[in-house]
Amino acid sequence: MLKPLVDDDGAPYFEYAAKGELRMQTCANCGEVLFPPRPMCPRCQGVDFEWKLMSGRGHVWSFAVPHPPLLPDYAALAPYPVVVVELAEDRRLRVVGNLLASEDAGIDSVDPATIEIGQPVRAVFREIEGLFVAAWTPDE
Amino acid sequence: MNPTPLKDRAAIVGIGQTEFAKHLEPSEKALACRAIAMALDDAGIPAHEVDAFAAYTMEATDEVEIAKAVGAGDVTFFSRVGFGGGGSCATVGHLAMAIATGQAEVGVAWRSRKRGSGPRPWTDTVNQLATPAQWTRPFGLLRPVDEIAVLTRRYMHEYGMTREQLGAVALACRNRANANPAAIMYDRPLTMADYLSARMISDPLCLFDNCLETDGALAVVMVSAERAVDCRREPVYVHAFGQGLPAQHHGMVNYWNDDPLAGPSWTAAKQLWKHADFGPADVDVAQIYDAFTPLIPLSLEGYGFCAKGEGGAFADDGGLELGGRLPVNTSGGGLSEAYVHGFNLITEGVRQLRGTSTNQVAGASTCLVTAGEAVPTSAVLLRRD
Repeated sequence: MLKPLVDDDGAPYFEYAAKGELRMQTCANCGEVLFPPRPMCPRCQGVDFEWKLMSGRGHVWSFAVPHPPLLPDYAALAPYPVVVVELAEDRRLRVVGNLLASEDAGIDSVDPATIEIGQPVRAVFREIEGLFVAAWTPDE
Repeated sequence: MNPTPLKDRAAIVGIGQTEFAKHLEPSEKALACRAIAMALDDAGIPAHEVDAFAAYTMEATDEVEIAKAVGAGDVTFFSRVGFGGGGSCATVGHLAMAIATGQAEVGVAWRSRKRGSGPRPWTDTVNQLATPAQWTRPFGLLRPVDEIAVLTRRYMHEYGMTREQLGAVALACRNRANANPAAIMYDRPLTMADYLSARMISDPLCLFDNCLETDGALAVVMVSAERAVDCRREPVYVHAFGQGLPAQHHGMVNYWNDDPLAGPSWTAAKQLWKHADFGPADVDVAQIYDAFTPLIPLSLEGYGFCAKGEGGAFADDGGLELGGRLPVNTSGGGLSEAYVHGFNLITEGVRQLRGTSTNQVAGASTCLVTAGEAVPTSAVLLRRD
């Protein structure tokens, strides 16, 4: 599986994810929450950031179900759903991730036919070769 | 000061193309040179007069190698445009600006690509994983089609677009290709039943929602309006040009702004129409970038041919066919003629205004050509006298 590339701007995301926290880059000057991370706040040009704790709640904004041809590791699991989740905090915070039947389940564990746009989800965390990222599971 | 110094100041006077196929033997460099030589011959301009080049950043061969091989003279303008298929019309636009401002006199734009027999770019996971792809690809949105599939499902949810409407887009392109001997799908008819039963590539998009994988090369030659009248062919003028990189846009995964369903087309369109003497209702024929079928409804909305959310329904009742609301992709487009990063849409636009298309729209005098929606994009409005 592809491992996310950790760069200067996004590194804290992965450090917090390893602790089971979904945190987003936030401008220390004006409070704008930014995703994906970047070196400057586009609203006030601030260069100092905090990482704000999110509730981990959101809903499915859309999803795709890839079929082959795919990279071999992904083809082996296809078709699998990939969701874009709109975080409860801000509609522009839309995060791409996998929808899992439960925290330890695979990326092909949810039947795509059961997924609905708007359905509530909550963050769980999974490991990709030593790196932790948020994934999503159906919420009540 | 002239408020629209670009308008009709430059013209396309030559077009050239190699054959299109899943596999061609010559290299991309060799194919590029052949297409350029054909375009110069079409224009009746000797190679040593070429003093400007414009190409995509994804082009494998640089201007130095091309100029040296085709026999260009001293080159005083050369430009590259990024973002894959979003750069197609910008190559023409940049040459028009160079010619209109006196930086060059004879410009060549080209695209040569062996996407049919060469590698798929998304399999290059080292170079494809940098920002912001690390936030999407590891989770399985590996290919452009996966990124567009997410937007498509949202569009269907918000506006009720149907698979039949996307099928109508695919069929419009295929029907034109079936009358174009140069098209890869010339002898391969497609029915709605074929479309609806095709295998999925990234649900909700199926095989026929995807463009072809093609080897081929194309080129255009451009000069000033003054010189164009003395060329071998009837001039096709660049009436207006626009590029678009919207505020807070992110590559093709345009999910992180207020409205991901209003993409770069909207920005390019605003610039394009600002300087045009006519509007969408006056466009006789359009060549709309079609790496994937949903890019056509999204682009029709962005360029103002219908209201937001009505792009799917625009394809109903033959809306995109010859004689419809707006005939599109009259050579078959990327879906059914050849996928050469949208450059074949430019040459077909020229043929329509010369009156030489194999799917000629009677009396066509204006044509919109667009580059890829969803990525930073560009468009040109072409017209004839």
